[in-house]
Amino acid sequence: MADQIERSIGAGVQVIEDAETMEEALRPAHLEEQAGERRRMLVNFGPQHPSTHGVLRVLLTLEGETVIDAQPDIGYLHRNWEKIVEGWTYAMVVPFSDRNDYLAAICNEQAVVGAVERLMGIEVPERGQFLRVLVFELQRLTSHLIWFGTFAMDMGATTAFLHAFRERERCYSLFEEITGARLLYNYLRIGGLRNDVPDSWLKKLEQFLDDFEKEAYPSYWDLVINNEIFRVRTKGIGVITPEQAIAYGASGPVLRGSGIRWDLRKVDPFLPYDQFEFDIPVGTNGDAYDRAIVRMKEMMESVKIIRQVMKRLPDGPVMAKLPRALRPPKGQVYNRVESPRGEVGVYLISDGGTGPYRIKWRSPCFTHLMLLPVMARGHLVADLVTCIGSIDIVLGEVDR
Amino acid sequence: MPGWLIDFLWVVVKVTLVIAFVGVNFIFMVWLERKLSAKMQARIGPNRVGPHGSLQLIADALKLFSKEDIKPAMADPKVWALAPVVMFAPALLVFYVLPVGPNAVIGTDLNVGLLYLAAVSSFTLVGIFMAGWGSNSKYSLLGAMRAGAALMAYEIPLVLSILTVAMLAGTLSVQGIVQAQVDRGYYFVFPGIVAFIIYFICVMAELGRGPFDLVEAEHELVMGYQTEYSGMRWGIMLMAEYTNQFTAAAIAAMLFLGGWDGPFLPGWLWLVIKAYALVMVMMWVRWTLPRVRIDQLLDLSWKFLLPVSLLNLVVVAIFLV
Repeated sequence: MADQIERSIGAGVQVIEDAETMEEALRPAHLEEQAGERRRMLVNFGPQHPSTHGVLRVLLTLEGETVIDAQPDIGYLHRNWEKIVEGWTYAMVVPFSDRNDYLAAICNEQAVVGAVERLMGIEVPERGQFLRVLVFELQRLTSHLIWFGTFAMDMGATTAFLHAFRERERCYSLFEEITGARLLYNYLRIGGLRNDVPDSWLKKLEQFLDDFEKEAYPSYWDLVINNEIFRVRTKGIGVITPEQAIAYGASGPVLRGSGIRWDLRKVDPFLPYDQFEFDIPVGTNGDAYDRAIVRMKEMMESVKIIRQVMKRLPDGPVMAKLPRALRPPKGQVYNRVESPRGEVGVYLISDGGTGPYRIKWRSPCFTHLMLLPVMARGHLVADLVTCIGSIDIVLGEVDR
Repeated sequence: MPGWLIDFLWVVVKVTLVIAFVGVNFIFMVWLERKLSAKMQARIGPNRVGPHGSLQLIADALKLFSKEDIKPAMADPKVWALAPVVMFAPALLVFYVLPVGPNAVIGTDLNVGLLYLAAVSSFTLVGIFMAGWGSNSKYSLLGAMRAGAALMAYEIPLVLSILTVAMLAGTLSVQGIVQAQVDRGYYFVFPGIVAFIIYFICVMAELGRGPFDLVEAEHELVMGYQTEYSGMRWGIMLMAEYTNQFTAAAIAAMLFLGGWDGPFLPGWLWLVIKAYALVMVMMWVRWTLPRVRIDQLLDLSWKFLLPVSLLNLVVVAIFLV
């Protein structure tokens, strides 16, 4: 038992040798004087904690309030996704993939759907592709809105949370109108989309974008990002150097916050992203503030892309003509998309049947969570919360 | 009736009135905070129990009373159980020296009233520390330790800012300070604006509200020193918190804004109005700003507030001489 604990929490914490249970072994440790060391305290941060963004447990070793070590303990939301979908048909995999990163369902769908399409060489009609870009970016906007709200909440700014959710609510109403669902859409189909969008919907979207750009978005900057307390709370906190980011396999805003201009929409365009103009915001210091700024700017880039899509939306069908039963040829494919959190990848092996032989889900949240000890070491407990918030994890995807 | 009996009955009446006021004030302030925060957050707030949700807190209190009294197994039973009471007592003690009109003080017009206020209002910390230590929980302990560290930092600028008022008024009696403002025809907030701002910041830190709610920082320490409390024990803590907030605002109103002074309305009502104006500012700040970190609070206190309040004291002293 003692060995086990020693391994999981690192050296330096005194444990009772003949203890039977974890609790018994660790209970007295937090007040026990260390020989030649200052008093250390082991804190269970989660799994039921207000700011772990789901069911995350972090084993914290504290010295006073300083974090000596933070080891994330995951798996509380494990649903055996990869095994369950083996033997399902491809059409069944798509709605279940929504449940992985439930805040960016469209992006998950694109990862799965795109993999099958690449394997079968299906060409999605142009209107379908454009609409996919549109919902993809709208999804990025909602996801970043949730990040903004919860990140502000982690700092104690509860008001910003509800202001972000007000706009998110409008986005979800828009999604509901075209897909019938508010969170988990099952909107993308292999070969296109479930249904076309009406013109009246596009007008509503236009109205929302106008309101968002003029009122809500500037108010976020005024209320939170430009706030002096927010700045001092995030600047220099949870620094990830570019080398660390690459070594750990970070992607998305976490990687870009460290100053690396890497965005799959540019470097490996998966939808007709090469036809639209947008910038990739990058940070310089790789701290929580830079990641926040990157996400804030990305919101506006998403709005820019949506506007371009609406302006150039072609007519035509949204769904390709496909055979009744989808039987991709034998083979394997890796399809990756730039989700709001980073690179979501699907590694699909097909044995020629109607369903996947094996699917591996590449989760950006899982990768980023492994950076938590790197970020949190030496900071205070309050900064640990900032670090968790700044990598924008969804535990549903970490555990899959 | 013998004289002592009349005195005794008079005390009973006063205590009853104060406690009744504290109860009503608690209900009103919670309602006000809920409504104000709802307005700021584009919500509606409570609107089901009573007109505009005004009786919501009574429903909440009923719920709290009916809850099981959960005592953590590892807690120090006496210290843990006593903590809410110790927290609540200083909130009531402040009322002893509150002047509510010319020649009318709730208790006695102590000639060291200001000293009394400073001493009593920082006494809440003992309760917080008892709660944090007695709970034998790590989050509670961290919260209590933060409270201790923060008290050291903000109590000194707080007292220095109060001292400015004492110098301006030339007395330590609270009634004397209010009377001095009435006699001179200006409120001390004008000559003592710096002291007022420092007092306001420090008092928010002392109350653990606004951007300084580190002691019970929900997103870091779950509920800080309150983590292990539930039911009405927690309710009493909440009541102490809100009462402290009111008394702190009332003290600010007396020292800087002329206390009971005002036209037409009775003195006590003016005091309440001024206090509530300040309370609303506190709520506004609380629901707007993110939380500072503990080291930043200490930095602000030691490196900024303390030198400024010292300088302010010197400047005021030079002007008075």
